[in-house]
Amino acid sequence: MIALIALVSYLSQINSDKKRTISVLDETGYLIDIFESTDNTTYLKLTGLNLDDAKEIVKEKEDYGLLHIGNVTSLDDVGKNIKFYSEESPSLTIISGLERKVEKRLQEMKLQKDGVSLEQIDASKTSIDIAQESFDGEKSSKIDNIIKLAFGGIAGYLLFMFIIIYGNMIMRSVIEEKTSRIIEVIISSVKPIQLMMGKIIGTSLAGVTQFAIWVILGGVMLTIVSAIFGIDMAQVNTPQQEIVNQAMSAQGSDEVQAMAENIITAINNLPIGNLVVAFIFFFIGGYLLYSSLYAAIGAAVDNETDTQQFMLPILMPLILAVYVGVFTVIEDPHGTVSTVFSFIPLTSPVVMLMRIPFGVPLWQQGLSLLLLIGTFIFAVWFAAKIYRVGILMYGKKATYKELFKWLKY
Amino acid sequence: MNNLLVADSVSKNFGKFKALNQVSIGVPMGSIFGLLGPNGAGKTTLIRIINQITMPDEGHVYLDGQSLKPEHIKDIGYLPEERGLYKSMKVGEQALYLAQLKGMSKSEAKSRLKYWFEKLEIGDWWNKKIQELSKGQAQKIQFIVTVLHRPKLLIFDEPFSGFDPINANLIKDEILKLRDEGATVIFSTHRMESVEELCDHIALLHSSNKILDGKLNDIKRNFKTNTFEIGLQSSKSESVLSEIKNSFEVLPATFKNLNDDIKLNIKINESTSPNDLLSFLTSKAEVHHFVEVIPTANDIFIQTVQNN
Repeated sequence: MIALIALVSYLSQINSDKKRTISVLDETGYLIDIFESTDNTTYLKLTGLNLDDAKEIVKEKEDYGLLHIGNVTSLDDVGKNIKFYSEESPSLTIISGLERKVEKRLQEMKLQKDGVSLEQIDASKTSIDIAQESFDGEKSSKIDNIIKLAFGGIAGYLLFMFIIIYGNMIMRSVIEEKTSRIIEVIISSVKPIQLMMGKIIGTSLAGVTQFAIWVILGGVMLTIVSAIFGIDMAQVNTPQQEIVNQAMSAQGSDEVQAMAENIITAINNLPIGNLVVAFIFFFIGGYLLYSSLYAAIGAAVDNETDTQQFMLPILMPLILAVYVGVFTVIEDPHGTVSTVFSFIPLTSPVVMLMRIPFGVPLWQQGLSLLLLIGTFIFAVWFAAKIYRVGILMYGKKATYKELFKWLKY
Repeated sequence: MNNLLVADSVSKNFGKFKALNQVSIGVPMGSIFGLLGPNGAGKTTLIRIINQITMPDEGHVYLDGQSLKPEHIKDIGYLPEERGLYKSMKVGEQALYLAQLKGMSKSEAKSRLKYWFEKLEIGDWWNKKIQELSKGQAQKIQFIVTVLHRPKLLIFDEPFSGFDPINANLIKDEILKLRDEGATVIFSTHRMESVEELCDHIALLHSSNKILDGKLNDIKRNFKTNTFEIGLQSSKSESVLSEIKNSFEVLPATFKNLNDDIKLNIKINESTSPNDLLSFLTSKAEVHHFVEVIPTANDIFIQTVQNN
C-alpha cells in the first residue's frame, strides 16, 4: 500500500516536471502580454505569421499547442475568434487557465475603455469572508463545513468499505465451509448460531486489527518513504497546484494566514469525543447488521456465482446512504431527508456518522442506535435461521420463496 | 439389555415433506447397530437429530437414560457421509481444533492424536495441509478426529467410502476394537457385506418409517425358508431327479458348483428335519454339496423394502 502511494506521488512528480510549450499567435496585439511563462509552462509569442504557417511550425516542433486569437474590431468578438490547436486534446486545467487569463484581461480592458483606470480596477477587488458565530459565541467559518464534511465523509466511507470487504470475507468463508463439507463435522460440535456469530466477531476483530496496523504503519512508513525519495508531499508542483497557488496569492498572504487559522478552529470545533464514541457504536452496529446478512447469503447458496442475485439488495442501502450523505447532508444536515436516513437502520450508520460533525442532539443519536441494535438483533435471528438450514442444504435453487420456507423449518 | 440410545416415536417434517414418521429404535450398549435403508429413507435425518443438528417435531431421544442435552455432544462422535476438512489448514492444527470443539483439553488431544497417528502409521503428516493429502489419507484423518475424544456413542455414516480394500479393513478392525473397548456404534451403510461382518443389531428404514428391526441373527432366522442347496453326483441323474421331485419341493439352484450332475435348491417343510433330507439324498446319490440357505442382509434388505 505504502509503495503504491509513494509510486503515485513519484509519478505525478515526474509528470509535473514535464515542461509544456504553448505558442501564442495574438493578432489583436493586446492580449499577448498576459501570457507569462512559469516553471511548467512556457509561452512562445509568435509574431508576423499567418495561422496556417503557425500551425505547421507548432506541429513540427511538437509543442503542446497553439493558441490563436484572431484579429477583431470589438472586444466582444474575441470570444468568437479564439481557438486552441493541439495534436491531442488539451488538459482541462490548461484550457481553464487560459480562459481565465483572457477573461480577466478583457474585463480589465472593457472597464478601462469606459474610463476606469487599472488602479481603480485593482482597488475595486474585494473579497469578503463573512465571520460566523453561533448564538453561544462559538466562532466558525466556511472552512468549517468542509472540514466537517471531510471528517464525516471519511468516517462514513470507512464504514462502507469495511462492511463490503469484511462482509464479503464472511460470505466466502461460509461458502468454503459448505463446499469442503467441513461444516458437517463442525455442526455436530457447535450450534449454527455460535458458528455464525463466531465468524462475524472474529472477522471484525481481524478487520479492526488490520485497520489499526495500516494506520500506524502507514503513518510511519509514509514519513520514511518521503524522506528517502525526496518527495516533499506538500510541495508537489503540478499545473493544478499552480492554479491554486495563483488563486491564493491573488487573495493576499494575510488571507492565507486567516484561512489556516480557520481550519484549525474548525477542527477544534468538531465534537471529537462524540465522533469517536459514535463511530465506535455505529460502526459495530452497522457492521454486525450487514455481516449477518452476508452470512445468511453465504449459507443460502452453493457457490460464489449464485451470490450475485443477492448482492444488489445488500449494496443498495449502503450506496444510497453514501449518496444521501454526500449530497444531502452537506446542504442540509438537519433537514428531513438527512434526519430520516440517519434513523433507518440500514443507512443510519453511514448517514448518522456524516451528520454528527454538524452536531446532532444526543437523544437522536441514542434513538438511532437503539433502532440499529433492535434491527441487528432481528437480522441475526433471521440470518441464523437461514444459516442453520442453508449450511446443510445443497442443490436447492436459492430464490426468495425458498428462503422464506426455510424460515419455518 | 441396556439401551445406550433410545429414539421414541421421532417424527420430522421439512415443510410438507415427511422425513421421519414416528420412528423408534433402541441401541443396546456396547453393540454395533446397523441403521439401514434405501436413499431418502430418513437415516441421515435421524442421525442429525441424534447429533442435535436438527430438532424433532415429535418424539424424544434419550442418551444413557437422559433427554438429549447440549452437553451430550462430547459423548458422541460423528463421521458424516459427506465429509471434508479445511483444505488449507495443517493436519495437526486442525485435528487439535476439532478435538477441542468436542471438549478435549489441548494437551490431552495432542497426546491422543500422536497415539492414533502412530497407530495408523501416518506420523509424518502432522504439518501437511489437507489439500496435500490424497482422498483416502484425508479420510483417515477424518476417522481419527471422530474417535479421538473417546465418546460413548460413535456414529459412522458410510465410513468405508473412499477407502481401498486394505484401508477399509484397517478401519473395520478399528471399529471392532473400539466396540471391544466399550463404545457403542451406530453404523449406516449400503454395503451389506460390512453389515454382515460388523452388526449385531439392525434397523431398516424406508420412506420415513421403520420397517424392520432386531438382532441380525434373529432376523435371519425369521427369514429362513428352510431351503438347502444340494449338489449331487449320479450316473442315473434323470431318475434320481424325478424321485426327489416327488418327495420334496424343488427349486432352481442358485449356487455355482463345478462338477455336480444335479444342482438343486430343496425346500423342506416343518416336519422334515435336515437329517431326513440328507439320509434320503445319500441313499440316492453321492452328496457333494449340502448347505442351508441363510438369507444375507442384502436379501433381507431387498425383500423387506420390496414388500413395503
